[in-house]
Amino acid sequence: MIDFSPQLVQLLAIDGARKPRSDFDPWVEDLDGTALLALYRDMVVVRRIDTEATALQRQGELGLWPPLLGQEAAQVGSARALRSDDFIFPSYRENAVAYCRGVNLTDIVKVWRGNAQSGWDPYAVNMATPAIIIGAQTLHATGWALGAQRDDVDSVAITYFGDGATSQGDVNEAMVFAASFQAPVIFFCQNNQWAISEPVSVQAHRNIADRAPGFGIPSLRIDGNDVIAVMAATRMALDRARTGGGPTFIEAVTYRMGPHTTADDPTRYRDPAELAEWKTRDPVLRLHRLLTSLGQITPEVEAETAALADAAAAELRAGCIGMPDPEPLSVFDHVYTTPNATLELQRADYAGYLRSFDTDRDTAEQNRKA
Amino acid sequence: MTTLMTPAIVSTVPGLNAPQPTPLSETQTLTMGKAINEGLRQAMLDDPKVVLLGEDIGALGGVFRVTSDLLAQFGARRVIDTPLAESAIIGTAVGLAYRGYRPVCEIQFDGFIFPGFDQIVSQVAKFHYRTQGAVHMPITIRVPFGGGIGAAEHHSESPEAYFTHTSGLRVIAVSKAQDAYSLIRQAIASDDPVLYFEPKRRYHVKGEVVPELGLPMEQAVIVRPGTDVTLLSYGALVATARDAALAAAADGVSIEVIDLRSLSPVDYALVEASVRKTGRLVVTHEAARSGGLGGEIIATITERCFSYLESPPVRVTGFDVPYPPAKLESHHLPDLDRILDGVDRVMGRR
Repeated sequence: MIDFSPQLVQLLAIDGARKPRSDFDPWVEDLDGTALLALYRDMVVVRRIDTEATALQRQGELGLWPPLLGQEAAQVGSARALRSDDFIFPSYRENAVAYCRGVNLTDIVKVWRGNAQSGWDPYAVNMATPAIIIGAQTLHATGWALGAQRDDVDSVAITYFGDGATSQGDVNEAMVFAASFQAPVIFFCQNNQWAISEPVSVQAHRNIADRAPGFGIPSLRIDGNDVIAVMAATRMALDRARTGGGPTFIEAVTYRMGPHTTADDPTRYRDPAELAEWKTRDPVLRLHRLLTSLGQITPEVEAETAALADAAAAELRAGCIGMPDPEPLSVFDHVYTTPNATLELQRADYAGYLRSFDTDRDTAEQNRKA
Repeated sequence: MTTLMTPAIVSTVPGLNAPQPTPLSETQTLTMGKAINEGLRQAMLDDPKVVLLGEDIGALGGVFRVTSDLLAQFGARRVIDTPLAESAIIGTAVGLAYRGYRPVCEIQFDGFIFPGFDQIVSQVAKFHYRTQGAVHMPITIRVPFGGGIGAAEHHSESPEAYFTHTSGLRVIAVSKAQDAYSLIRQAIASDDPVLYFEPKRRYHVKGEVVPELGLPMEQAVIVRPGTDVTLLSYGALVATARDAALAAAADGVSIEVIDLRSLSPVDYALVEASVRKTGRLVVTHEAARSGGLGGEIIATITERCFSYLESPPVRVTGFDVPYPPAKLESHHLPDLDRILDGVDRVMGRR
């Protein structure tokens, strides 16, 4: 159960065997073969999207991409536990969460193509756009939860962040506030072992999960590559928050199998043996093994899943490449909600400057004709 | 399961069941601090989504008593005594705004705003732009600012230029009770985030307050008309500038005193019209000179009104030093004589 010195919770062993636990099993008793297959499909599709986005970056279509390879179970398992009225405050790597939330695939890469500073309307999917300042979003989630508390609704905020973020003041302040006000918020830490080149041991001498109890927040330490444990833990935390139990901290122990972003080179700082070891704990492979043992994996299922993933990749690629560039003068849009005289003058000046090139071209054209 | 901390018990706060004060309904003479208090009260009555967050703002009513009695009237769900963490005060206000609230944050002293600086600059200021207008940040951040009260370090600063340099924020500095009342209501009603600077050495100065919104907050006002020199000021120095104008008048120099009120955006239309008339410009602020608002205003006016200028504009400001100890602050702060010295310079008298 939830404890101040939590042990790692695992419900799905590396070999695909289901490990029963009386304290967690009730939270996932509805996960039959069909439900597990749906989670598997999500994980396969998001891995394919992730791979495609990396390829798009390599081909010059995206400026940057932060791969989530290896973190599919942590993201899909938690995202699929949420209600539509719960609100998500993510970092920049939660693209599988965005997929589960129904964010348009093209919108997911809009930021990384440089077309906008965020890709979607947060209120359309109840998911904030990615926060790039490390840990800043944990405070936003806590504030949103204070609002939900004041509205007397049982909606819950969940915020995603990494092991590196736990060193940030904002994350610690968010836990202080959440505990003080017993805010309905879940702190979902994906401990993927690396903050760019710094191993988690630089951030913490003990398990990350051990920190929260000091703030008065109970925590769970779960196998983040075990989609069943992730879903069980998230549902447990959601239930606590909905029933006035306050915040919960979840450390999902996982692994960033790829680089921090496409600009990173993990071969400079990471032992290949470590990656090889974590590949044996692959979250997708593990669920595939369970489903195989349950008789859910048939050639037809494999083909359907592959087709689904390919279709998503094709949609992403077409949407990315077909995205129109923003209009130059839109650089001035939405700085304020109302017109601002100083800024309107700059807009007018720059519009005139741009038009001056049209005039030059027109004159040159006329001269040429004459 | 584990033992959980329980939330603070608020029902035992003294005065929680005090009779509810009625809002300001007629003209009254109030201190500036009380005028802000009345403005906050009216804003909270007008909109149930207005919530206050800050340190010691509840039972104590704030270290300057600006939020006095609001806890008793509106309860702990709307007047929130927070843990001592400025970044979290601002950051949770962002989350509340996300959910449709209009948070009003109190930063206890000017020099305490910097732990919250990242949330203000990276989040509050940028959310509307980042989300292409989808997410509004109707957050008001109240900041007692400026010196002249003999305080310890970090209690007398003028950090406004950090925020006027940040796109996406509106910045207001009030100088008197009426504006304090009207502009706090406007700031809270604004869908843009507003930094609202309160000159702490004027908190106790009384003035007549009409319970009205008055001119839009982005408009500057002419405090005293004149023909020879335009003297720009804001916050605590508006009163000093007015005194300077009175003194100069006795000396035959007619000074037009302008209270900027809005530091971002600056009401350049009004300032330009004044400088075209007077041909001379003095800007005064407590904040350090280099990179300060005075330099920006003078550059803009010089660009737009160069041919109208009779002499180089002059800045009368704090020095480029960290805020000095109390025994030295009278040297650092512009006062009547230093402002008049600046006037003499634009008049070519020295």
